[in-house]
Amino acid sequence: MARLYEYQGKQLLKTAKVPIPQGEVAATPQEARKIAEKIGKPVAIKSQVWAGGRGKAGGIKFANNPEEAEKVAKDILGMEIKNLKVEKVLVEEKLDVDKEYYVGVIIDASREVKAPVVMFSTEGGMDIESVPSDKIAQVTVDVLRGFRLYDALNLCVKLKVSTKVLPSIAQAIMGLYQTFKGYNCRTSEINPLIQTKDGRIIAGDCRMAIDDSSVFRHPELGIEVAREAPTPPTEFDKIAWWIEEGDLRGTCYIAQMAPDKKGLGYVGYHGIGGGGAILGVDALNRQGLKIANYADTSGNPTAAKVYRAAKVILSQPDIEGYMLGGFIVANQEQWHHAHGVVKALREELPKRPGFPCVILLCGNKEKESMEILKEGTADLQKQNPIEIYGSDKVYETEFLAKRMRALVDEYRKKRGIKA
Amino acid sequence: MAILIEKNTTVLVQGITGREGSARAAFMKGYGTKVVAGVTPGRGGEEVSGIPVFNTVEEAVKAKGPIDASVTFVPGPGLKEAVYEALDGGIKFIVMPVERVPLYDILEMLAYGKQKGAKLLGPGSIGIISPGVAAAGWLGGTPEFAKRVFVPGPVGVISRSGGQSGTVPWAIQQAGLGVSTVLHVGTEPVLGMSFSDILPLFEKDQDTKAVAIFGEIGGPYEEEAAEAVRKKEFTKPLVVYVAGAWAPEGMRFSHASSIIERGKGSAKDKIKSLKEAGVHVVDRPDEIAPTLKRLLGV
Repeated sequence: MARLYEYQGKQLLKTAKVPIPQGEVAATPQEARKIAEKIGKPVAIKSQVWAGGRGKAGGIKFANNPEEAEKVAKDILGMEIKNLKVEKVLVEEKLDVDKEYYVGVIIDASREVKAPVVMFSTEGGMDIESVPSDKIAQVTVDVLRGFRLYDALNLCVKLKVSTKVLPSIAQAIMGLYQTFKGYNCRTSEINPLIQTKDGRIIAGDCRMAIDDSSVFRHPELGIEVAREAPTPPTEFDKIAWWIEEGDLRGTCYIAQMAPDKKGLGYVGYHGIGGGGAILGVDALNRQGLKIANYADTSGNPTAAKVYRAAKVILSQPDIEGYMLGGFIVANQEQWHHAHGVVKALREELPKRPGFPCVILLCGNKEKESMEILKEGTADLQKQNPIEIYGSDKVYETEFLAKRMRALVDEYRKKRGIKA
Repeated sequence: MAILIEKNTTVLVQGITGREGSARAAFMKGYGTKVVAGVTPGRGGEEVSGIPVFNTVEEAVKAKGPIDASVTFVPGPGLKEAVYEALDGGIKFIVMPVERVPLYDILEMLAYGKQKGAKLLGPGSIGIISPGVAAAGWLGGTPEFAKRVFVPGPVGVISRSGGQSGTVPWAIQQAGLGVSTVLHVGTEPVLGMSFSDILPLFEKDQDTKAVAIFGEIGGPYEEEAAEAVRKKEFTKPLVVYVAGAWAPEGMRFSHASSIIERGKGSAKDKIKSLKEAGVHVVDRPDEIAPTLKRLLGV
């Protein structure tokens, strides 16, 4: 996953010489106690989850001694914040905060910019979007020239940062930019950047996400799935990622949408081409069907890659149908898809008598692909309803979603489930 | 007439000996494109579909003279090197049908391209085609498929979805119309040319009477297109569809650029900004072609 936890981000900042609080990560209350003993002063115990508003949710608490640290860690570990289970806490020295700043680097894709933008604010500790614009200084980085130390100094000067702390804040901004560039971040921020009562500048909290396409350059980060998502990867996501990892022939993207399927009405969804695949989901939703997963195989993947994708999609328990949503007149030769899907259906459908499929495949080599699909599934049709459509139905999203719905209803009837 | 790729545009294929490179070089040449050379280091002296292969761009330019455009069939991690090489070889239009390109590499190559005064399409663009004239990339796929789907006519098409850049022209053709030039802008988080760069080119092209855009959630591109219309950089009829209204916030789809970030770039935002600029926004993609017909009075 391209997103990093606070404790991971802080380690990267440390290597870029940005001061971080003394502390370590713990997975058990006992570990938390030991870390607090080592620190030897009051500590903060911070839940490690990908969610904002941890403080409000009770995910950040303080402890005056190791015994208290153990107790607080016990409370926080295992709690849920915005549906995310806390599995680790960061135990850190408690800081005496005098002032809070914000530093962030984002990439601006707009026409006039297309470059990293470094932002600095004297109003840290809150959501940067709620800070008035006169309290934010920013500079667009010319990537061919690089970001210089005096760019960072100028950001501080613009907002009248006191001369005493100005050099160390500029160093921290520089360190964040170096981390951003060195680790190919998509976004990175330190918020708050803390000025302590004794005048030290320390990264209080940080958020970082690594660019998916750059993850391969950083095996040391141990990122399991190089895909951005709001939640950590499920086992299913990890299996799906193995299909894509290391195979650059076409794209295979699969994401689990409903890890805990509740009730009926889920189908395995296999889209082709992002734009078109999204259309199919809209139509299925209108028919009261939900997708158990989102998927897309496009950019001319090999039959082997398509087969693996279809196999993973079809292997999901509790789905009531499979849709190949090729809502595009594709330029890629579609026989690779036909071969891959047929192989997966031949292996998976015998395990599920009555399980229905709706297949739409259009584009280059469509005639040949239709033959492959029809021949390859002819004998399966005795047990499983499989409807196959071509480019005359490419925009018939409603029709195809209705067919899927009708077949799902029949499948329920066969299983004695009331619709 | 067409834009960016025309009858006399000379084309170089970087990575011509690979799986996609060799297949699409054959397609481009078979479709009538002037493919003058290919490059693969270590394979100089060979031929692919009758196209001479060179070791470097410099060597190709020395042998063939200045080249107008390059198509880069190289893996994502190697794209930056290929683009720098093409730019240093004096090539001013580069089509990049390459996905999974490291983001910082993209920023550097776009900045260098800008410095060199070049136009870059992609990364992640499947290509550009001017029907019956020429193609660069793999939009069109094979000559017979390209001939069947892309018929010449008055509509310029720009798409953020690779697949839809074939589907929209196909629907336009089914409705009895045709297309002037079709482009896929690409799928990566930061792109070279986008709607607002391409619309002014269609404005100047006399054969283009209207433009259709297949948009998507995420990114600033649809809002920028609306801005181009407001600034009168484009004054011909424009029909836009924006896909992905159902997407949950923070979800990322295979089109790497389709990210809904910080409340911007949602389908709702885009549609509002386009409508305010007077653009014809359709609710479903199958309404694109009928709307074009109505606006063109045919």
